[in-house]
Amino acid sequence: MKRFWNGYQKAIADDHYFYERSCIRQTFFPGSEAAFLKILREELGKDICDNPHQHTCTGIGYHSDVVPFDTTMTVVARLFSLMTEYGYKNYVPSCVTSFGVFTEMMTKWEEQPELKEKARQYLWEACKREFEVPENIVHPSDIIYKFRFDLKPKMKYQLLNRFTGRPLRVVEHIGCHYAKIFSHHGIGNAEFPYVLAGMIEAWGGEVIDYPERRHCCGFGFRQYLVQENRGYSIANTKKKFESMESYEPDFILTNCPGCSMFLDKWQYTIAEMEHKTYDREGYGIPVLTYEELAGLLLGYDPWTLGLQLHQVQCERLMDKIGIAYNPSEKYRGVSGLRHPSPEKPEFLKV
Amino acid sequence: MKKIAILGAGPAGIEAAAVLAANNCPVTLFEKEAQPLCNITDKAFLFPNFADAAEVAAAMRAKLDNPIITLRCNTEVAQLTPSYITGFQAENLTGTPVWKVNDELYDIVLLATGYTPFDARRKEELGYGIYPGVHTSLEMEKMIREGKIVNSLGESPKRIVFLQCVGSRDEKSGNHYCSKLCCVTAVKQAIEAKKQLPNCEVFVYYMDLRMWGQGFEEMYRTAQQEYGVNFIRGRISEAGGTFDGRVQIKAEDTLLGRPLKMTSDLLVLMVGMEASKGTRELATQCRICGEYGFAQTKDPHLHDCQSEAHGLFVAGACKRPMTLTDSINDGRSAAYEILTVGSINSTYEQ
Repeated sequence: MKRFWNGYQKAIADDHYFYERSCIRQTFFPGSEAAFLKILREELGKDICDNPHQHTCTGIGYHSDVVPFDTTMTVVARLFSLMTEYGYKNYVPSCVTSFGVFTEMMTKWEEQPELKEKARQYLWEACKREFEVPENIVHPSDIIYKFRFDLKPKMKYQLLNRFTGRPLRVVEHIGCHYAKIFSHHGIGNAEFPYVLAGMIEAWGGEVIDYPERRHCCGFGFRQYLVQENRGYSIANTKKKFESMESYEPDFILTNCPGCSMFLDKWQYTIAEMEHKTYDREGYGIPVLTYEELAGLLLGYDPWTLGLQLHQVQCERLMDKIGIAYNPSEKYRGVSGLRHPSPEKPEFLKV
Repeated sequence: MKKIAILGAGPAGIEAAAVLAANNCPVTLFEKEAQPLCNITDKAFLFPNFADAAEVAAAMRAKLDNPIITLRCNTEVAQLTPSYITGFQAENLTGTPVWKVNDELYDIVLLATGYTPFDARRKEELGYGIYPGVHTSLEMEKMIREGKIVNSLGESPKRIVFLQCVGSRDEKSGNHYCSKLCCVTAVKQAIEAKKQLPNCEVFVYYMDLRMWGQGFEEMYRTAQQEYGVNFIRGRISEAGGTFDGRVQIKAEDTLLGRPLKMTSDLLVLMVGMEASKGTRELATQCRICGEYGFAQTKDPHLHDCQSEAHGLFVAGACKRPMTLTDSINDGRSAAYEILTVGSINSTYEQ
């Protein structure tokens, strides 16, 4: 692929980050955020604050039109006040929708400074707190992208098929709120985003450019949250899978909680509805978050990363890369107790 | 005798030179390229009568066959400054400003530095430079001229899609103006494609078709009635490469009010006109740079070939998008103005 869109870059702070966790990621992909913190602290030696007083950014409610703008603005102001209180200036929201909300607020405040003053007033009236705006807001995937070459020498594995010696073929998918609201905030812009593609290429893989690359994953807030609209959600996901199928991807890499969830789970639903899977052998296409991928290549235990909670199972992918894992530990919890194996789907092989 | 320099040996510059020479005024014609008329010699046929572009270019070139016209090809004018800006004192006897063209002094300068085609890579969503099936209208013209309209595999295409207004009337690229000749050029190229490939399906996506010139509307009707060219009102939102090397486009048919998806062997982007680098730089140097980098005239109705700068005239597509016919006529008008207004109360000496 030609890559002149590489020119779209942005400032990413070097160190001292204030981390904001996602509302939903710890349920869907529970090891990802912990892996990110571990990579930053232990592999890269960075300072990152994981503050226990944080809360929602209202993103889901905001984009579903149930939380008004002023409320979201005030909640964002409170999160910034935490960052200020703990002495940080670089804000790193785990969720792509949070990232979209924060960049939107920053843009609004820049364009209409009176809104920022309003936010200060609301925050003070609500909880007597004050805030400074961050000097730098980036998504965690931006940070992993920035340090992708620093991580590479520490990695035990590469994105190579150990049976054929060829690079793994990877579909990358960025969340809409990463670059489609403000394209200049995304590395590589919205049309040919490079944030995940850069990781894939740096770590030995090959990015697949397929026709529906830019299409929505199917989450699309009101497509899914309004039950009557869920047909739109799965129809969009199906459109993407049909488009990527002939390229035979080894896995899908995402940077958004919704995309990871829907591209993974809807494969089961489509298999149940239409008896259709999108790999040759009926196992589906594994979906990884960028933290899971980095963690796997760094040699972290896949079950600590939470891969057992994926709908499409990742063992075949790990076998291709040559990643060592212990199948008998798959369903052992952190307490040491072994959980029962989940029921097997009828059509999607596991 | 007054010294006259014409910057740009395109249709306007050549026509002006010919008219001035016919009136016994020696002129020096500067051209940055190796040959004059570069923007015509890359065409196959010219609308509305499908005249052979090479024959028209040859006829225009013949006009330069006059001993008092000095043509200097491969000569880029980097400096164009009047004495009142630079302060140099080399004014001539009549007291009018003297223009410094590179290192030479001239009494009168005609700016005819023309346009440059819009760089289609700036519309990243359309995939030019990324997918081999995406071409510009200039590349299509070359294929038509050579009689080799082929897809990315070198085979005859079964379907060709033209897209209007690429880089014109477009917020994203910053060009709000209409480039004026893309509509009829697409109709012309669609007819040529059907002449060479009668079994090929041809679609033209448009916002609205501006068939303003003599014979244009008739060409549009002929394209539909005799050649079966399909016209769809709607813009293409994105293009992506397919597994078999074709191009998948997404668009909206705004007459039907429905989105649509289509796969084509070729996607031809009808690129608009922008002020050339020379136009932008020289117009800026002599303080007549107008909107979008085009040269500003003194008055759009009464003095359209004059500028606010004394002794500086403007002609052709350096002012705004123009067709070949308009450029020739404009060059003629500019010569007339130089002969009358430009000499400002003085007569030419023999």
